[in-house]
Amino acid sequence: MSANFTIFNARLYDPSTDAQQVTDIHIAGGKIAAIGSTPAGFSAERQIDAEGKQLIPGIIDLNCRLREPGLEQKGTIISETTAAARGGVTTVICPPDTDPVIDTPAVAELIRRRAKQSAQARVLSIGALTRGLAGEQLTEMAALKSSGCIAVSNARQPVRNNLILKRAMEYAATWEIPIFVNPLDHALENNGCAHDGRVANRLGLPGIPCSAETVAVAAMLELAQESGAHIHFQQISTGRAVEMLHEAQVKGVHVTADVAAHQLHLTEMDIEGFDSNCHLLPPLRTLADRDALRQGVAGGVINAICSGHEPHEADAKLAPFPATEPGISALETLLPLTLRLVDEKLIDLPRAISLLTSGPAEIVNLNSGRISIGADADLCLIDLDREWRFTADAMLSAGHNTPFDGWEFSGYVTQTFFEGRMTWMES
Amino acid sequence: MSAVNLQLDENNKLRHFLSIEGLNRDLLLRILDSAESFINITGRSVKKVPALRGKVIANLFFENSTRTRTTFELAAKRLSADVLNLNISTSATSKGESLLDTLRNLEAMDVDMFVMRHGDSGAAHFLASHANPGVSIINAGDGQHSHPTQAMLDMFTIRSVKGDFTPLRVAIVGDILHSRVARSQIMALNTLGVSEVRVIAPRTLIPSNARESLGVHVYHDMDEGIRDVDVIIMLRLQKERMSGALLPSEHEFFQCYGLTEERLQLADDEVTVMHPGPINRGVEMATAVADGKHSVILQQVTYGIAVRMAILSMAMQPSSGREQ
Repeated sequence: MSANFTIFNARLYDPSTDAQQVTDIHIAGGKIAAIGSTPAGFSAERQIDAEGKQLIPGIIDLNCRLREPGLEQKGTIISETTAAARGGVTTVICPPDTDPVIDTPAVAELIRRRAKQSAQARVLSIGALTRGLAGEQLTEMAALKSSGCIAVSNARQPVRNNLILKRAMEYAATWEIPIFVNPLDHALENNGCAHDGRVANRLGLPGIPCSAETVAVAAMLELAQESGAHIHFQQISTGRAVEMLHEAQVKGVHVTADVAAHQLHLTEMDIEGFDSNCHLLPPLRTLADRDALRQGVAGGVINAICSGHEPHEADAKLAPFPATEPGISALETLLPLTLRLVDEKLIDLPRAISLLTSGPAEIVNLNSGRISIGADADLCLIDLDREWRFTADAMLSAGHNTPFDGWEFSGYVTQTFFEGRMTWMES
Repeated sequence: MSAVNLQLDENNKLRHFLSIEGLNRDLLLRILDSAESFINITGRSVKKVPALRGKVIANLFFENSTRTRTTFELAAKRLSADVLNLNISTSATSKGESLLDTLRNLEAMDVDMFVMRHGDSGAAHFLASHANPGVSIINAGDGQHSHPTQAMLDMFTIRSVKGDFTPLRVAIVGDILHSRVARSQIMALNTLGVSEVRVIAPRTLIPSNARESLGVHVYHDMDEGIRDVDVIIMLRLQKERMSGALLPSEHEFFQCYGLTEERLQLADDEVTVMHPGPINRGVEMATAVADGKHSVILQQVTYGIAVRMAILSMAMQPSSGREQ
């Protein structure tokens, strides 16, 4: 149970109303009881001085692998939601490619219960689009939705038959469940491990061409239009995909997109020296792609920045580059990398906050991502002026696989509250 | 960590030999000069020098190889080193041992130097970045990335025939896309300052941005590409390229890109023909060319021993990590 408390003198920003003010916020029973003057009968057991700090809604991460169940050597619900709390994240949305796959209400329920017992953040599951992610038979999507799945997806597994994909979209649309897609043509991917460009060619690394993404985007956009489903593109990596999504959005097709924070900062150049921490899927692409993704974020084609969190045990990255497993342990760098876009004058602070809170909330129809009376007290308090050095050693995630070791950031999460409970405070 | 830092010590001396990239012209020339001094030894009746007496060199070949492994072994033995040949495909990895564990175990047996061939690009860099101080890694081929000792023996061959690199036009023909040999040759030729490097192949076998990423002139027409060149390097064509829809048939490849006596007329009169071996006669080149007067293919093999002796002796550290 959470105590009643007041955060006073906070610079509060609520992206759902675009309201900014310096005020006090009163929390009771895990909910926001009042903003401004103290309500009658409210007695705070605790006062938190937020002088000079920014209070934002807790971050909602659309793409976060906790690794439980099935891959507990890489991470657990406890370890990864603890890392989430440090990163100011209060809601994590998890792909269905766990072991077992989240393709039945029973598995969704199992995760929900484990999270209820131990999680330091709200854990929401994406149900499988097809049974076992095999791309052949539909899952019981209505039942998955009833058991709390907020979207369906085939994760990174291919649905090779477009007829099945189209019907899956139509069926999901029937129950008004968004479909999350990772656009990747597996034949064109061809066991590649890096962007098919200058650096990979020189290093002799098998390449993944941009067309591996854009061919899939093109097919999915056509099917989205015919089926009327809401298709959400996860972790796009190419400039061309931004253009295609923009065209579709202008035509009124119901498509949204997110990008992983690291794709906005790193490029193919970062794999120089065979740095396995930069082995990612989708791969880091060119500077031009990175800039186009940034413009997509600034211009509104992309309305959410996700972590793309994939923690790994050390051994998974201790091998020659192509033999390592792709992914970054990214929950603890999601906010700092997004705030860096503000420092670099790409976007303003309200836009940065909305990309992490109200933007993702709208995509999956969540009622969170806002600071309003009666809402869950999912909050993140940030010292925006504080400069600090991020180190892999200090990570709370079980996976220390990060390419950002030693990066200097400004903006530090001093406290995180999940349903009114303090889940992170700097020690 | 960049390849430059990994390969050289603080005095810019060779520490590992992983790729041509990051090595300057002077160092490449020193390797060639050192190889020159070993050529005389290989012709003697007692073919040994005591340079690496007491040192242990392990040959770690994760991919099959006859020529490269044998010449490395001969090079090490002529330098009086003790040589361990590990047939990895049938031992460690089949038991699930990681590459790092293999390295640690052999280091524990006081191996001073590893000569490794591995199917993954970057494998030699990986090993070098985790090796104990005093232990050297020699790349005998990693994935599609690099095969620097092959490139150096090719440079040695070119220098011994042509004398000087600067006026040369060199054409490399065949599967550039998948070739670690080609990547290393191109970097070595450009570092040594030849006047032009051309690559000749159909579009399926050349990286899309080869001009920028590799620094070469790209030709798809064989006759046009070999016109007036001084050196032609033919690459081996792997059979599996036919199944991946990269080429229709060996027959068509030979028709379009095979080196025949007729085509050879288009090149410089004194043209030198090279091939890293093993040759597919009638696929990459006609038998008459392979065995003809322009061919130096067998010299390449002989020089391979001297060049590898030079590289092994230059990269060997004075004392192993344990003694430090």
